[in-house]
Amino acid sequence: MKTEKIVEKILLIFALSATLVIFLIIIFLFKEGLPILKKEGLGFILGKIWNPGKEIYGALTFIAGSLSVTFLALLIAVPLGVSCALFLAEIAPKRAESLFRPVIELLAGIPSVVYGMFGLIVIVRFIKVSFDIPTGETVLACSIVLAVMILPIIISVSEDAIKSVPRIYKEGSFALGATHWQTMKRVILPTASSGITASIILAMGRAIGETMAVVLVLGNVEMIPKSILNPAEALTSVILLEMGEASVGGSHYEALFAVGIILFIIVMILNIISMKIGVRKK
Amino acid sequence: MKKKIIVIIMCMLFLGCISEGNKAKTISIAGSTTVQPISDGLAEAFMKKYDISVTIQGGGSGTGIKMVGEGTIDIGASSREIKEGEKEKYNLKIYPIAIDGLAIIVHPSNKIENLGMEQLKKIFSGEITNWKELGGEDKEIVLVVRAEGSGTRDFFEKKIMGDVSLSRKAMQKPSNGAVKATVAGNENAIGYIGAGYIDDYVKAVRIEEVYPDPENIRSGKYELSRKLYYITKKESEDVKKFMDFVLSDEGQDIVETLGFIRIG
Repeated sequence: MKTEKIVEKILLIFALSATLVIFLIIIFLFKEGLPILKKEGLGFILGKIWNPGKEIYGALTFIAGSLSVTFLALLIAVPLGVSCALFLAEIAPKRAESLFRPVIELLAGIPSVVYGMFGLIVIVRFIKVSFDIPTGETVLACSIVLAVMILPIIISVSEDAIKSVPRIYKEGSFALGATHWQTMKRVILPTASSGITASIILAMGRAIGETMAVVLVLGNVEMIPKSILNPAEALTSVILLEMGEASVGGSHYEALFAVGIILFIIVMILNIISMKIGVRKK
Repeated sequence: MKKKIIVIIMCMLFLGCISEGNKAKTISIAGSTTVQPISDGLAEAFMKKYDISVTIQGGGSGTGIKMVGEGTIDIGASSREIKEGEKEKYNLKIYPIAIDGLAIIVHPSNKIENLGMEQLKKIFSGEITNWKELGGEDKEIVLVVRAEGSGTRDFFEKKIMGDVSLSRKAMQKPSNGAVKATVAGNENAIGYIGAGYIDDYVKAVRIEEVYPDPENIRSGKYELSRKLYYITKKESEDVKKFMDFVLSDEGQDIVETLGFIRIG
């Protein structure tokens, strides 16, 4: 009995420390970043010029960069991911499924810097040559890399959603004379739609927070991209590139934390939305 | 059960003590990626000679100065001069350990061989945007620079750009190696790296008809040269030994074999 109690206490401590870490991160992030956010106000979010040497901080270019690569990545990954999930859950024979699943899981396990290197050597090069542009480090290259990275999330979460559609719906549809495709289109996908939406939002959070691969293939140019063949710079990249050089406590350092706050809030909102959608489903 | 837990905790404490004991014989260096090849070479020879291990990290000049000032590491490496404020705030000791040229690099297939200081300024400010204007092919120039705060970038902007600001189209890279890799992979690119990083994958251009080879850098004929520094705060016996080694003839010979210029 006594050991039982001890184990319970130990587990409680572990659980508490895990949640404590989150709160510490939030407190620290806001403590370091809020002063400059307050000082710069809306200008921090709407300003287009980022010049730490002259203490001008406007993060709009980075916000635009992050959002554009994320949305383009979703545009590529969602149709692919959802069809793949539908195939795995509905059409694929057991043998094919047992081949596909480990491959997709493997895709999720590749470190992001490896994706970045692959993107830099293959995709960036390919885009440069095929569009005949000065540099292949573009929004398009970055979106393709990100799309591959978020595919596993979309596939596995959507597949779960599709599989959890009650069998009687499907059987009912068949009984009314619907074909398999009609059933998938009219019954299964609409029923699973909240789960699929949740998967997309989760993937969005992953894409917007990705750092290493993005720094390698996006070019890091401080301009709002005018087309998908322009380079850009993401919120995460500016932190990675400049953190090492900013002196502690200076305004540059604080500004980077403020960028972190923006990023944190965006990801937080996405997570809450996906949780809300997940709950509604149940 | 209780006994077991106590035994496990004792073991952990014991192991903790062991690793604490080993820690004394290491020297940690961090900072400028330009200085990193020198640190690697020196550390290798030093570790063969003495029973002291040396760990080396990059991070950039700013990081190196900051970390040594705060006592996180033993030696900071910097490719820029230490600011008066930093020197006073942290009470640092500064040792110049080598001289390095800043090489302007292009893709090996680029026909440009020579650039003037004024041309460089126009290229990096975005006034000249096509290789055609410099006598090259009709291709847009792609600028590759280091991120804000890098020692190499500081030096470049002070020496070449002056008050003119850098083109906003420039692509920023986190290290010398990343700049080199980008230029090596793009025939339209131009960038700058420490002369110690030059190899066959990129081509260094002459500046005002002077090539950044060791002789020209040492004699001062090549304009873009600078000192590289090690910075210490509290020096342990081991750190002193290392610094003596670095500044000895043996250490400076190593600096030279790595493509940098010896000090003094």
